[in-house]
Amino acid sequence: MHVRGRTSIIAIVHRKADTGTPAAVVVRPAEASDLSTIVALDTEATGLSKAAYWKERFAWYAGGHRDRFFLIAEHEDEPVGFIVGEVRAWEFGSPPSGWVFAITVKSDARLHGLGTVLFDALCARFRKAGARHVRTMLAKDAQVLMSFFRSQGMMAGPFIQLEKRLAP
Amino acid sequence: MRLQTATRIAIFAVVELASAPERQLSAAEIAERFGISVNHLAKVLRTLGRAGLVEALRGVGGGYRFRGNAKRVTLLDVILLFEPVGPSGEGDREPGSETVEGRALRRVLGEIDDIARATLSSISIATMLKLVAQQEVPPAPEQAGKRAAKALADAAG
Repeated sequence: MHVRGRTSIIAIVHRKADTGTPAAVVVRPAEASDLSTIVALDTEATGLSKAAYWKERFAWYAGGHRDRFFLIAEHEDEPVGFIVGEVRAWEFGSPPSGWVFAITVKSDARLHGLGTVLFDALCARFRKAGARHVRTMLAKDAQVLMSFFRSQGMMAGPFIQLEKRLAP
Repeated sequence: MRLQTATRIAIFAVVELASAPERQLSAAEIAERFGISVNHLAKVLRTLGRAGLVEALRGVGGGYRFRGNAKRVTLLDVILLFEPVGPSGEGDREPGSETVEGRALRRVLGEIDDIARATLSSISIATMLKLVAQQEVPPAPEQAGKRAAKALADAAG
């Protein structure tokens, strides 16, 4: 069952040698059965297993809300990456904007443009939901991820994140 | 932030050469394109050559060619060949820098340096080329999908 929206076949990958049938990269809304794969992909990327966290995030983002998106990239019926985001409005005085909260591509499927496919798919949904900008927030030392978002055309936005250590 | 002339020339040369990696350009052609001194550019190209970012091809039709990985080489990589980014080190403190005011000022300026480094290290030459081409119509998502598909298919053999 798809939680929300339609599956989009957005890329023909290659023809299977035996059948000549095109194999496709598909971006589709995440399903409950994807949860273990999502945890595994994140664990592979971060080195930390956060099953409870992703269960809670899945419920929030894949629960059918019209402004929240949890998308899976699938190649030959195997999930190879995911992206998570939502449209949020009026926080910090900002009109509706799409926020990317997470993106992960399976390590052996990287450098083939799948991150771009996921990003484009999420941006298309943001646009449809009324957003005119897409944003994210990164650690300053997350160079690979920052380079990825830069390669998508993202630049510094109008906000600066500030913080202060709280006294005990 | 202001870059030294040699650094700017280096970035221009790398971006120009990386825009068509198979093409060879003479120093004179690059210099004319950016209105810069050929002699100055030649020195810069030697530094870029030693760093493995450009290759000098001799003989008739020779010139320079980009030989780095445009997706991996960043602006910071190029800049650091010519000048430091951020604090110049413990050895050259300026007057007053060890006072409480000096330390407070260093903390603020360090914040700016951190952001500068993070920014410059996240802009690859490939991203620079996209910024250069920003006036062009961006590719449709379908095209990005086809590119990803082709890359995966190529990788799969």
